[in-house]
Amino acid sequence: MIEINQLSKKYKGAEDFSVLNLDLIVEEKEIFGLLGPNGAGKTTLISMLSSLLKPTSGTFTINGLNFKEHKNELKQLIGIVPQEYALYPTLTAHENLMYFGSMYGLKGAYLKESIHTHLETLGLSRFSHKKLNTFSGGMKRRINLIASILHRPKVLFLDEPTVGVDVQSKNVIIGHLRQLNANGTTIIYTSHHLNEAESFCSRIAIIDQGSIIIKGVPNELIEQQENAHNLEDVFLAITGKALRDHV
Amino acid sequence: MYKLLASAYKEILLLSRDIGGLAILFIMPLVLVVTITIIQDSTFKTINDSKIPVLVVNNDKGIVSESIYEGLEKSNSFEIINSSSEEEASDLVFKGKYQLAIIIPKNLSEDLQLKVNQNVDGILSKFGLEEDSISDVKPQLLQKEVKLYFDPTTQNTFKNAVKNGIDKMISQIETQSIYKAFQDQVAEDEDEVIFETNSFITFKEIIHTKNDKEIIPNSAQHNVPAWTLFAIFFIIVPLSINMVKEKTQGTFVRLRTNPVSYATVLGGKTIVYLGVCLIQFTLMLLIGIYLFPLIGLPELDVSNRILFLYIVAFFAGLAAIGLGLLLGTIAKTQEQAAPFGATFVVILAALGGVWVPVFVMPKFMQLLSNISPMNWGLNGFYDVFLRNSGFTEILPEITLLFLFFITTTVISIIYNEKKNAV
Repeated sequence: MIEINQLSKKYKGAEDFSVLNLDLIVEEKEIFGLLGPNGAGKTTLISMLSSLLKPTSGTFTINGLNFKEHKNELKQLIGIVPQEYALYPTLTAHENLMYFGSMYGLKGAYLKESIHTHLETLGLSRFSHKKLNTFSGGMKRRINLIASILHRPKVLFLDEPTVGVDVQSKNVIIGHLRQLNANGTTIIYTSHHLNEAESFCSRIAIIDQGSIIIKGVPNELIEQQENAHNLEDVFLAITGKALRDHV
Repeated sequence: MYKLLASAYKEILLLSRDIGGLAILFIMPLVLVVTITIIQDSTFKTINDSKIPVLVVNNDKGIVSESIYEGLEKSNSFEIINSSSEEEASDLVFKGKYQLAIIIPKNLSEDLQLKVNQNVDGILSKFGLEEDSISDVKPQLLQKEVKLYFDPTTQNTFKNAVKNGIDKMISQIETQSIYKAFQDQVAEDEDEVIFETNSFITFKEIIHTKNDKEIIPNSAQHNVPAWTLFAIFFIIVPLSINMVKEKTQGTFVRLRTNPVSYATVLGGKTIVYLGVCLIQFTLMLLIGIYLFPLIGLPELDVSNRILFLYIVAFFAGLAAIGLGLLLGTIAKTQEQAAPFGATFVVILAALGGVWVPVFVMPKFMQLLSNISPMNWGLNGFYDVFLRNSGFTEILPEITLLFLFFITTTVISIIYNEKKNAV
């Protein structure tokens, strides 16, 4: 489904590569977690896969389509849930979704029905005609997610989709993502919530300093790591306890 | 097409949600046009309602000072206030209490008459006339000086107008005195008129006509196009801020992941903001036609010009939007977009001849003016308003405005592609 070959990214003026010679294969209908400390290269990798950043070198294909030759087809195939609320605060939830849905060429009754279904599932239908700037963080996160899945993407990239939301919102979001995955959507997901990743992901990769250090099924990785009881133990054992502050 | 219309609809929604911003967008240009027209209207009026107070120190009290008083009163521009001394008058002027003081020297009339008589006698003696009456000893007369004091803040144009006016008055008095002296010396009968003292050469302004109709521009026709254009170009500020907001809100990032071209996104903005420009323009025309006469300003005459006016406004709007799109594409923050946009519009207006006519600018500035889209727009409006021109005459200007829009939009798209190339 997703095949990444020797993908690298070095930002202008940076001394080190943010992503370095990364190889990865993500199978169809997987929920793949990209975990790593701050600055590990997770967002950079997702940005390259979702056409937001130009790789310095290397290639990748999604559904067999090369990113350089099939840019527009790939955009129709993927959905991205960015870390920030990429929505218009003065528009209502419904207006935001109508607009972003129409950017995928969706229209008419189909689009309205799709919006209604997702809002209903994520518990937001009664707020659909309220402006976004009146929403809580958790509500915005859910609208942020809906805006990216209206066109039923084959692959969904999520960059920390549950950051800063309450437990209830998180449960609804994760539940909806599971449903999407059950319906055939491949999910690539980054998070700092390791417990969430442990139960949500079918496979994970721990990435640090631009390279994948370890990858596999969460339970297997926990078993393989000495004295590890959960994914957090594995993570700390591999990436260390030193702070990763950098500017 | 569907994505373009959806983008335009989103822009309409965004604008409509900012009622304050929308009000500023429409009301401030109207306030600007009304204010400027009221201020500049006086320069177009032959009779000025507001008179400038002028201090006069009359040390002469003769025929010349009487003529100066008469000239100042006739001009209807000045309110004469007598002052007792030069010191007092200069002090008041330099303190800014008055803009102008005129000091008429002592014995000006008497000495002028003496000087004229001496000259006339001299000339007549050369012809063998009046020999007996000419004295060999002529009193030495010193040159007389009418002093003018100006408030230091007074602009040169006003100073020059006053100086020329007074110079003209004194020249007339001198000429008439010479004629009178000849008359007195030569005429046998007091009532006999030898010299016709009225000016032989006069001038007449020939007013441009088209289709046998005289085109007399008024202050509304001068000011409305200029300041309307200025307001139209100010659209670059809200437009560029709108684009920068999309970047900072993250919506632009989402759009980049969507299968929609940057040209479509810009197209949606262009449609809506062009609509805003045309509504602004319509409101300004309505103000000129209906409000101006109510507040004592000349009515804006748009008869038989509406279509061409809208054509110029349409293309001027496009040029302004092109500039806004470029600024919005390049700027990263609102702090970059807003001050730059506002200042740049003022520079373009200055270069375009909105404040000072292009022909009085230095040569280099005149050359720069040729590349200011505001200059093209202003010429287009003047062609329609003041020269009663048709489509052929405005074609060069609207072509330049359209090319400017195309160029700036293409640069925006290329810049965005380069910046966000994947």
